[in-house]
Parts: sequence; structure tokens; C-alpha cells
Amino acid sequence: MIETIRAAFVIARRDFTAIIFSKSFFFFLLGPLFPLIIGIAAGGLGQQVRKDIDRPVIGVALEETQSAKLIDARAALAKNLGNGSFPELLLLPDVSPTDPNIKTKLDTASTPLTAIISGSLDAPLLTGSQADVKRWSGRMALLSETALSGSNPVTVKTDFVATTGSSKKRTQIATAQGGQIILILLTMILAGMVLSNLVEEKTNKIIEILAAAIPMDAIFLGKLFAMLGMALVGITVWSTLGLIGVSVVSSGMPNLPAPAVGWPLFCVLMVLYFSMAYLLLGSLFLGIGAMATTVREVQTLSMPVTMGQLLVFFLAAFTVTKLGEPIEWFAVAFPFSSPFAMIARAAQMDNIWQHGLALIWQGMFTLIIIRFSVMLFRRNVMKSGNSARKKSLLARMRG
Amino acid sequence: MTSSAQENNAANAIEAHQIVKRFDGDTAVDGIDLTIKKGSIFGILGPNGAGKTTTLRMLLGIIDPDEGERFLLGSSDPISKSHQVGYLPEERGLYQSMKAFDAIAFMGALRGLPLAEGRKRGRQMMEDHGLGDAVDKQIRQLSKGMAQTVQLLGTIVHEPDLIILDEPFSGLDALNQGKLERLIRGQADKGVTVIFSTHVIAHAERLCEEIAIVANGKIPFTGKVSTARDRLRPQVHLETHNLDGPWRSAIPEDCEPLGHNWHFTLPESGVEPLLRALIEGDAGIQSLSIERPGLHDAFVHIAGEAVAKKMEEDSALEGEAA
Repeated sequence: MIETIRAAFVIARRDFTAIIFSKSFFFFLLGPLFPLIIGIAAGGLGQQVRKDIDRPVIGVALEETQSAKLIDARAALAKNLGNGSFPELLLLPDVSPTDPNIKTKLDTASTPLTAIISGSLDAPLLTGSQADVKRWSGRMALLSETALSGSNPVTVKTDFVATTGSSKKRTQIATAQGGQIILILLTMILAGMVLSNLVEEKTNKIIEILAAAIPMDAIFLGKLFAMLGMALVGITVWSTLGLIGVSVVSSGMPNLPAPAVGWPLFCVLMVLYFSMAYLLLGSLFLGIGAMATTVREVQTLSMPVTMGQLLVFFLAAFTVTKLGEPIEWFAVAFPFSSPFAMIARAAQMDNIWQHGLALIWQGMFTLIIIRFSVMLFRRNVMKSGNSARKKSLLARMRG
Repeated sequence: MTSSAQENNAANAIEAHQIVKRFDGDTAVDGIDLTIKKGSIFGILGPNGAGKTTTLRMLLGIIDPDEGERFLLGSSDPISKSHQVGYLPEERGLYQSMKAFDAIAFMGALRGLPLAEGRKRGRQMMEDHGLGDAVDKQIRQLSKGMAQTVQLLGTIVHEPDLIILDEPFSGLDALNQGKLERLIRGQADKGVTVIFSTHVIAHAERLCEEIAIVANGKIPFTGKVSTARDRLRPQVHLETHNLDGPWRSAIPEDCEPLGHNWHFTLPESGVEPLLRALIEGDAGIQSLSIERPGLHDAFVHIAGEAVAKKMEEDSALEGEAA
């Protein structure tokens, strides 16, 4: 028994000191920080996106003086009840209070509108989707009464449309978010396989045979595309089973709101952007995996990379409601967030050429990462003797 | 670089001019010059850590030299010649779940051999090497020696013109070492250039026509084995009946007898004058042998005592491990 404990102590001491004095232990210590950062980012992000999506804008098509009174009334009430209690009001100077084509304005206005108030303050007409009109008619009555100094109660007449710019925008944002979530989930599940593959290669010590026979670029690319092929097979199986399941449960395919580019192209872009997100993350994993000399290093390093990818995803998710703003352009241009930002664009913008450019850019960046990884690999990894193993991973990355 | 600059004398399998490789400020290979003719068995001899593997990796294009240039089969881009080259690295590696004949075919396919042809040859080669029963077994089911043989067969399945083996005898038992020596000779008989590194002098002495001695990242000697041995004078071992006489003038002055035995380096004048002096001077020769120095003695002379001792230690350690 004592001998067993002594032997166990010998093993424990070796393992403990080996781990404690390794550079990868530093990442282990940082471990709790990552979920914390992710949690804070996810919480803040969700709140912000929800706020952006839920911000209702009601177009005002009243006479000029009545419009001014309504806006003043909103400002006065918002001071006491809070700005979030009332929808934003947007003057529509080119729309007449008795315009018979109010419904079409809901779709054509440059700012997506939740509803339009027209007619007059004492007999207002609120036009919008049934849900939005039901939600905001009471508040609009209150605003009208306040604008009229509360002399008489005001009844808001209603007129319904099937969709408005605002409701369409909401469904497209939901599609964009759904697309992004599917992309990140698939990427994170499947990119890890590249790492496993490289770990196997290192364990088998076969990498030198490959490196002596074919260019390293070909090895990296071959591995990436093999894993991508496998991932696509997996996705095909999962999505087929998913669709069958959904159609069985709901007696037919659900009538989902269409993204801006239409469902067929959106599905094609989903596959293409998944491939790009996968190749980008996979090439990064390959580069790091190729430089790591032990399986432990490979495993430890995959955590910060995965967390980094999550942060990049949050960046893209944050910009879903900010199309055309600088932060959204940054998410589009930054290679690792680009696939996620672009699928959000596909859901909300119908121009197609931008996707061609984005795919070329993402593909080019994948090649750049692979070239860089190959360079580091050739410079630092294929060393005989102990010096390579003794040097820290960070030092190896610096060269 | 122009194509004429990239291509070099294709009569040589390998040419390296002043190649240097540094790792983390340490110089692993320090200005090596090497020329290996086609069709020879060439040994790279040196202790572990001398720079043999790094040199081979540079020659093969796995890593690039920091300085200097190298040509493999006339090309400065060694990977472009990989179809004509077979390489067995020091760290053996195979996919554990692959079947043995498939592993051979895969290694051939890496170097341009069609997979179907590789499988056919793989099966045949395994039969020829007494591994017929293991053809369809997974690598993980094979013994270490069998797996090493499979990897070696994978190295030559595409019938390369140049075979480079890094410490091929390492980890093999005596029986398999003998098989490997025969295989190397067989390839050389077909006109294939075989280059191997080793820290066991006996292998190089038995197999090689030419060698390079590597020590501390440099090559202090490259050339024929006989040339290396000729750097040392033959040793004379003489036993005489008499201890003194006129014949003593033929023996070096500083040579003292051990009983009636004399051990000295053959004088510059050669064997005949020595024999004549011993016979005519009535030394009473009981026995006489003149031994040509072995490669080990030449190695000690060229690389130095410390390097030779290190290599003997490496060899002993490996023997224990095997």
C-alpha cells in the first residue's frame, strides 16, 4: 500500500510540475476569464440588439401644426413616463393627412416604419400591421389627447396591412440572427475536427513523411478540404433529418419569412459562408496545431481560439441591426467575422455582388493564414533534438 | 532564380554548398559542403546531435537552409523531385488504422504512384519480404519490427532513384538489421543511390563506398571509406624471439616491448624494408601481423576522441533500448 502511494506520488509530482511550469498553464489560469468575458459580451449584446429591433418608429402624416403639437406632447409625456414608453415619431412632410396610399408608404419609406398616423389629432387613423396597431393605438390616443390639451377623449381609428417595413425588417433580422447562430454552431463543432486530425498526425509522427513528399501548403489545404467535405456531409445529413422532422411535426414545411436575397440564394450563401468560416478557423487551428509540440499544448490553445471566435461572432451579431454603420463595415471587412456579418447582410440586403467580393476576400485571407502557418512550420517545427521542444510556444510563434 | 540556376549538375544525386542552419541562435549545421554521386551507397556518420538529421531535412527540402544552396537530383527545389526520392525519417510514423498494404500504397501515392498500382506492389512486396500474413492487418496490429519494414517498403514502393534513410538501423534487432543491409545492397545493385545516416560505424564500414563524417555541425571528412582509413598508417603487431639485435633499427625508437611483443605504426618506408631488416637482423619472428586501421580508428583520428566517445555511448544506449 505504502509502495503504491509512493509510486502515485512520483507520478503526481511529475505531472504537477510538468503542468505548472508549462506555458500552457498560463492559458489555463486565464480560463475562467473567457466565459466571463463571453457572458458579459453576450448579455450586453443581446440587450442592445433587442433594443435596436424593438425600437418602433411611427410616421406622422398630420397637418404641420398638429404634427408639432403631437411631437411636443410626446416629449412632455416621455419626460415623466420615460422615453421607452412611446414610439419614436418621424415626420412625413411629403405625405398628406388624407393620402389614400398611406399603406404603400409603409413599405416604401426609407426608414422602416412600424405604423403611420394620419387624419387629424381629434380623429386619428393608425395604419400598420394588426399586432403593431393593437400595441400602439392606446399610446397614440394618449399622445393625441395630450396634444389637444386633454379636452376630449380621442378614439384612434385603425387600418391594417399584412406587413410593414418595420415588421419585414424584424423578420429579416430574425433570419439574419438565425443564420449567424447556425453558422457559428456548425463552425465551432466542426473546426475542432481539424485540430483532432493534426493531433493524430503528430501522435503518428507521420508529418515528416508528408512534409518530405509534398509541399506543406498542399498538406494544410488537403487537410482543410478533407475536413470541410466531411463537415458538409454531416450538415447535409443533419439538415435533411431536421427538415424531415419539422415537416412531420408541423404537417408540412413552415412558412418562414423570406430573407432579402430569397431562400434559394440564402441557402447557397449559408453553405458558402459556412465553408469560409470553417476554412478561416480551421486554417488558424492548423497553424497553431502545427507549431505546438505536444498534444497538451494543442488542446490548451484551442480554448482561447474558440473564445476568440465567439467574440468575433458577437461582433457580427452586434452589427445585425447596424447595416452600413462603421462597426458593421468593420465586421464585414475583418476576415474572421466577415462570414457572419455577410450572412446577416444576405438576410437584409438584396444586392448580390457584395457576396462575391466577400467570398474572394475571405478565401484570400485563408490562403494568407495557410502561407503564414507553413512559413512558421518550416522555420520552427522541423527541428531535430531537444531545443525545439524546450522552447515555449509563444517563442516559437515569434520565431 | 533562373531555371538554369535552379538546375545543377544532374550527375550528382546531392550537392550542397556551404549550407547553414540555425535554430534559436544555435548553429545546427555550420557551412557544410557535400557531393554525393549517383549510384553509390553513401553513409553520413556522426553522433546524435551532430547535425545529420537537419542536414538530411535541408537536402530533402523539408526545411530551407539559412545560408548556402543545395541541389537534389540537380534541382534546388527538392520537393519537385519527390517522385524520384524515397525517404525514411528517423521518427517512424504510420497511420495506425490503415491496413499494411494500404499504408505502402499511400506512401507511394504521396510520391506520385497511382494508388491502385501502389496497392498491387504493396501486397507483392510484403509477400516477398515474408509479411504475406500481415498484408490485410492494420498497422496497430503489427509488431514494431513489422511496422518498420512496412514503412521501409513504403519508402521504396515507387521505385525511386534516390533513397534517403535517417538512422534506418535504429531500433532494429540484429536479424532485421541484416535484412535491411541486404535490402540496401539490393537497391544499390539496381543503380539506386542510397544515402543513410548512422551513428554505428560498423554499418557504414560494411555498406558504404563513401562516407561523410559529421561532427558539431561540420563535415571534417567526406570521401571513400578507404581514403578515411588511409589517413592512418597500418599498425604492426610483432612477436620476436630475440629482444635485441641489428634489426631494432627498423623499429621506431620510442617503441618498447611488452614481453616479446611489439606494437608500432608501420614506418613510412613500408613493409619490405621492415621484413628484410627483421629477417636479416635475426629477430626470430614468432608472429607478425600488419593491420590496416578500421573506420573506427579513422573516425577517432578525424572527428576527435570526444565525438567518437559520444557516438559509442549513443550506440550503446540504443543497443540497450533495442
